[in-house]
Amino acid sequence: MNVKTFIKKYTMVIALVVVFIFFSIWTEGKLLLSQNLSNLLLQNAYVLVMACGMLLCILTGGNIDLSVGSTVCLIGAIAAQLMSKYGMNAYLVICLCLALSLLIGMWQGFWIGYIHIPPFICTLAGMFLFRGIGRAILGSKSVAINDETFLNTFASYINIPGLDEETKWSAFIAGLIIACILPVVTFLSRAKKKKKGYKMPSALSQYAKIGVIDLLVIAYAWKLANYKGIPVMALWVLAIVFIYAFITSKTAFGRYFYAVGGNEKATKLSGINTNKVYFLAYTSMSLLAGLSGLLIAARIGSINGDTGNSFEMDAIGSCFIGGASAYGGSGTVGGVVVGAILLGVINQGMSIRGLDNNWQYVVKGAVLLIAVIFDVVSNKKTGKAG
Amino acid sequence: MAEYILEMKNITKEFPGVKALDNVNLKVQPGEIHALVGENGAGKSTLMNVLSGTYPFGSYTGDIVYNGEECRFRNLHDSEEKGIVIIHQELALIPELSIGENMFLGNERKGLFGINWDRTFHEAGEHMRQVGLKEEATTLIKDIGTGKQQLVEIAKALSKNVKLLILDEPTSSLNEEDSRMLLDLLISFKKKGMTSIIISHKLNEISYVADKITVIRDGATIETIDNAEHNIDEARIIRGMVGRELSDRYPAREHNVSDKVGMEVSGWTVHHPLYTEKKVVDNVSFNVRRGEIVGFSGLQGAGRTELAMSIFGRSYGSDISGKLKIDGEEKELKTVSDAIKAGLAYVTEDRKGNGLILAESIAKNITMSRLEKVCSKGIINIDKENSVAEDYREKLRTKTPSVQQSVGNLSGGNQQKVLLSKWMFADPEVLILDEPTRGIDVGAKYEIYCIMNDLVAQGKSVVMISSEMPELLGMCDRIYVMNEGRMVAEMPAAEATQEKIMAAILQSDKQ
Repeated sequence: MNVKTFIKKYTMVIALVVVFIFFSIWTEGKLLLSQNLSNLLLQNAYVLVMACGMLLCILTGGNIDLSVGSTVCLIGAIAAQLMSKYGMNAYLVICLCLALSLLIGMWQGFWIGYIHIPPFICTLAGMFLFRGIGRAILGSKSVAINDETFLNTFASYINIPGLDEETKWSAFIAGLIIACILPVVTFLSRAKKKKKGYKMPSALSQYAKIGVIDLLVIAYAWKLANYKGIPVMALWVLAIVFIYAFITSKTAFGRYFYAVGGNEKATKLSGINTNKVYFLAYTSMSLLAGLSGLLIAARIGSINGDTGNSFEMDAIGSCFIGGASAYGGSGTVGGVVVGAILLGVINQGMSIRGLDNNWQYVVKGAVLLIAVIFDVVSNKKTGKAG
Repeated sequence: MAEYILEMKNITKEFPGVKALDNVNLKVQPGEIHALVGENGAGKSTLMNVLSGTYPFGSYTGDIVYNGEECRFRNLHDSEEKGIVIIHQELALIPELSIGENMFLGNERKGLFGINWDRTFHEAGEHMRQVGLKEEATTLIKDIGTGKQQLVEIAKALSKNVKLLILDEPTSSLNEEDSRMLLDLLISFKKKGMTSIIISHKLNEISYVADKITVIRDGATIETIDNAEHNIDEARIIRGMVGRELSDRYPAREHNVSDKVGMEVSGWTVHHPLYTEKKVVDNVSFNVRRGEIVGFSGLQGAGRTELAMSIFGRSYGSDISGKLKIDGEEKELKTVSDAIKAGLAYVTEDRKGNGLILAESIAKNITMSRLEKVCSKGIINIDKENSVAEDYREKLRTKTPSVQQSVGNLSGGNQQKVLLSKWMFADPEVLILDEPTRGIDVGAKYEIYCIMNDLVAQGKSVVMISSEMPELLGMCDRIYVMNEGRMVAEMPAAEATQEKIMAAILQSDKQ
């Protein structure tokens, strides 16, 4: 791999590194404090979760879901009211809320997939609908959540008595275990490929990549260990990211999203039910929005009528910054995670410096525009875009 | 005044992998109606696109001399400035706008502030009178029929001060009466000194209207026939259009047609998906045996693709009726997925639009129609997928550095091989190949023919839809001829000739 293809393949990773270093210096190292790095993950958990779902929608042809911010508010509101007003069991509430968000997704997926309502309009309607219902349920008030079980399920830290004292060793050990597993898995998969005589990428590049990832994992684990340990929310996020990364890269089901975005007519003529693909993209999106609603409710501890405002834009932005094509058909969960972290670093860095909220919008907008221009221009060269 | 208003000299135009025009010459005298005839894909439209600047100067070689001066058109605007206006087969009118607005689109009659509507509609009305169109200039295009829309296009050309009018298949979507009116209109313009070039398949019309007829075949000019008396024999034109020698452009094959019928279709009728009262395929019956290649001939728009797609899991049309038997068993294929499971494959004529995902890799394209074959429990075995793709790359000799290559980077012939691989991987018993050799070079064609021979040697049934008659004659066991949605002839390839096929089409036209 020469320098040019390397840069092209890892543009956003390089951008992330540059931005990260910039903000580390600009905040005089405050960005690197354990607390800030831990919060970086927690504050962006909802973006990471929703961006995974948004990726599926965007893959089908650059389609977006505008309603997710409102779904967050609605599901959060229902959860808050059920627990505060009726004292319902937290686990029951979680199940109910996830089931309800699945229903919301099926509602939107049905109109988009089977009746062919343009996604933009259908989800714009959803944006108003769910926000309105959410506010009505809250009665225009802020509702607090005090249920310990609920808060612990989403917003606590893993704390093993005896092991985790001043330094939370459990976090560091978990980091070390992951760092060991990665090279072993790589080695095994290479051995299997070799045995069957399949082609494989060069050992150097693959192990170098693993090495870099390992270093980052260990460093981050150390930072977490020096703060409050592993946040439970991180486990939720990791689970979602892994599930979606697996679906999009390894399963037939995931392949169909790329196919529909690449050429819907050809996909249809290959015997694939494209209506169902749209339906499932939007169903999964709302389910994840519902989960985000619960995460947010637990992290903030209360829900009001403005919760989740403009969250859809963060999720959409992460996908496009992470290299998903605005025409659909290409994009990876890995890229989206990088995009979400990039946005998160910018937000956090600017907050630490105490920069005005308004300027954060300006910077976010500029980054998004540059990322999409980059995508369109590089696609033009390869002949995909018009 | 020059002897010729237009001279196109030694025009050569290449597309990636194909030579569309090869040293074509065309000479047009002022005030004549010059007809351009040839089979589908002979290069007529390409030649006119070169003339109008759609393919800009520099993308072709050769000279265009117009009114005695050499022209280098960079775009449509350049040629229109000189008075050359082309009217395409697909009308370029915007349905939601009025006749007047369409007529001056891009050429608006401007006033001091914005468009001068009074002048627009007044001038539009005058041009409409010239072509005998009795409508209000404010009527929307979508509210008038195709015949009148064609007149609007001509009126639009007049508004551009046209000197040389080019009409590409102007009557293909018109009925008898409208066609005659249009042709008479051309003759009346001729009397006023306008020159026209007309491309048409309808030889009776050409014989009626044209003064000179230039025949183009395989991207080369064959001859220019004089038709000053307007009484030329149609057979004479056909001979020019198809008269080529068949050498060993087709691989030899042992004809082992079995008695078993692979697919049988009877009484198949399909309606247009939007205009549901219009029959696109009308009571068609045919069969294909195992080990047999059956050809479908006909002009563009004969309903062959529509027939094939409607059989293939109802992927085209509405209100489909008829019986379909595969291996003697009656089947009802409601979705494409049903059709694939029943052992049917349809290899589209539009490989870029309907066949392949250009941005995806060869491997991913090949496995798409039967992804479950490389999956276990829904999880794709990517290594297996790649090795399958590798097998097909070797088998079909697809030229590519790797199966990870995006299909969009391949040449037409290699894309076609990937498309064939995709459907061979689906392991069908009956393959419908729609224009399998369109837009690919002679070498790649030969290889595709070999693949077809392999398939029938394995006892599969192949249906080949093609607009190239020599190809059908060279490859098929039996040939069906379709015209305007109906089956008009069936003949064993051994007895078929291009003249017979053409005659069958033309005769059915007259009925």
